[in-house]
Amino acid sequence: MELLYNIFIAPFVEMGATPDFLLQVLWEGFVAGTLYALIALGFVLIFKASGVFNFAQGIMVVFSALTLVGFYAAGLPAYVSLFLALVVMAVLAWSVERFVMRPLVNQPELILFMATIGLSYFLIGLGEFIFGGEPKSMITEELGLPTGSTTIDIFGGFVILQHLDIAAAIIAAILVICLALFFSKTRIGRALRAVADDHQAALSVGISLNQIWAIVWFAAGIVALATGIMWGARSDVSFALQIVALKALPVLILGGFTSVPGAIIGGLIIGFGEKLFEVYWGGLLGGGVEAWFAYVIALIFLMFRPQGLFGEKIIERV
Amino acid sequence: MSAAENTNPQAAPDILQVNNIEVIYSHVILVLKGVSLTVPEGGIVAILGANGAGKTTTLRAISNLLQGERGDVTKGNILFEGNEIQNLTPNELVRRGCIQVMEGRHVFEHLSIEENLLTGAYTRKDGGAAIKRDLELVYNYFPRLRERRKALAGYTSGGEQQMCAVGRALMSRPKMILLDEPSMGLAPQLVDEIFEIVNALNKKEGVTFLLAEQNTNVALRYATYGYILESGRVVMDGEAKELRENEDVKEFYLGVGGEGRKSFRDVKHYKRRKRWLA
Repeated sequence: MELLYNIFIAPFVEMGATPDFLLQVLWEGFVAGTLYALIALGFVLIFKASGVFNFAQGIMVVFSALTLVGFYAAGLPAYVSLFLALVVMAVLAWSVERFVMRPLVNQPELILFMATIGLSYFLIGLGEFIFGGEPKSMITEELGLPTGSTTIDIFGGFVILQHLDIAAAIIAAILVICLALFFSKTRIGRALRAVADDHQAALSVGISLNQIWAIVWFAAGIVALATGIMWGARSDVSFALQIVALKALPVLILGGFTSVPGAIIGGLIIGFGEKLFEVYWGGLLGGGVEAWFAYVIALIFLMFRPQGLFGEKIIERV
Repeated sequence: MSAAENTNPQAAPDILQVNNIEVIYSHVILVLKGVSLTVPEGGIVAILGANGAGKTTTLRAISNLLQGERGDVTKGNILFEGNEIQNLTPNELVRRGCIQVMEGRHVFEHLSIEENLLTGAYTRKDGGAAIKRDLELVYNYFPRLRERRKALAGYTSGGEQQMCAVGRALMSRPKMILLDEPSMGLAPQLVDEIFEIVNALNKKEGVTFLLAEQNTNVALRYATYGYILESGRVVMDGEAKELRENEDVKEFYLGVGGEGRKSFRDVKHYKRRKRWLA
């Protein structure tokens, strides 16, 4: 009885008793969720266009952030560094298409996936070789990102909002809206979706797969850079960040590998879910549930809705 | 166009020449054993033959979509408007005005009909207004597509998908369309409808067609010239009129015997002859 009480009643009583604390937890969840969503977005872009699960997306986040910090450390102004980091991501996208994807075209998806694993180790090695292995701090203030915090008095208590988190949410939202417009309104965006649907047919109408792949890797690179800045500002820029990128996997399973809105909603669900669960139910299991909560949710989804919440409907005409 | 003269002196210049090509899949399977054909500008030429005769492979060899199937053209050459095209990417080929409509339609299922049509204009550089005008043109040829313009292509009927595929190819402003099995899986009146439109496009828009068909009957009604393929070789070719009258074609492909009802003995004879022909 007591166990049931602890599961079904006590957490809600607690939420009701301290609504300001609940709000704080939800905010934390929202912020974590936005970042998960950003990482997942990078995966979705590449998966949509080439059917490849890009294992290197996590390391691309680290690598882009390191490049940015590295240029700044070399004495360049912050915005010039940002621009150069984008250039590096463009060069990376082009090289990946030219030297990894193109020679492997028409190979089974598993082989392409293996190639991205190879790519991720290559980037780790290259990153450590150029920038060294020790953690670096993100140049948050130099980029003009706010660092203070606002305390809101509410429900007789207070909620603390970090300005950086607010900026992260806004930047993520802008990025997502831009991508959505790009996909639905532009010629290249339409071609991207066409390639996602049917490679052969896309080739037959004259869409150049090489061009599309380079563009999509660059877009994923931009998303990686944004994620790297935001995540780096919260902790440090280090190779440990790529582990966080693995969180994108449950997000993708939840939202569907091919859906941009899915990545966002999936990210938010995981973000909210794991914070709430950790705070209110974690004690029952001895804490530390945040580390595995997302994966359990993903497992449940795999059993009942393998294409995810927003995965592309498998169109079957009878 | 000097090469055109020796093959077909009195007709229009050849837009496409396929000279003795050999195609090998996965380095071992020889599928085309020396196929040659020519397509005059403004013509409708049909490649006929049974399953596995090499019709699709021939078209894919021309449009350079073979790589995706791990096929290679190992001998011979292909000329489009007098220039060799074997080493061009499909993208470059579409730019030059030669586009393929693949067998089984291959519409982009998760794009609407209109978006499907617009992808056909991917290679064009002549601006939005011209593309809009051509969209209108396609809708005039296929009024049914206009009705369903907002529908996801995956949810439309087989006939509508075929129209969408042809319309999409048309959006690239092609000089020549390679049409693979347009009749596949469609009801007879729909097949006629599609061929009527092909005919109209040929006459009014001046689009040249090279089509692969199993439905010999319909194909020979609309085509001007035909090639019959069997196991990777051209076994017969001629004006569509002549082919329609030819006793062997009638017997093997049109399913009408020369004289009266066949007895079982004739059927055996037919099989023997077919083996011999192959």
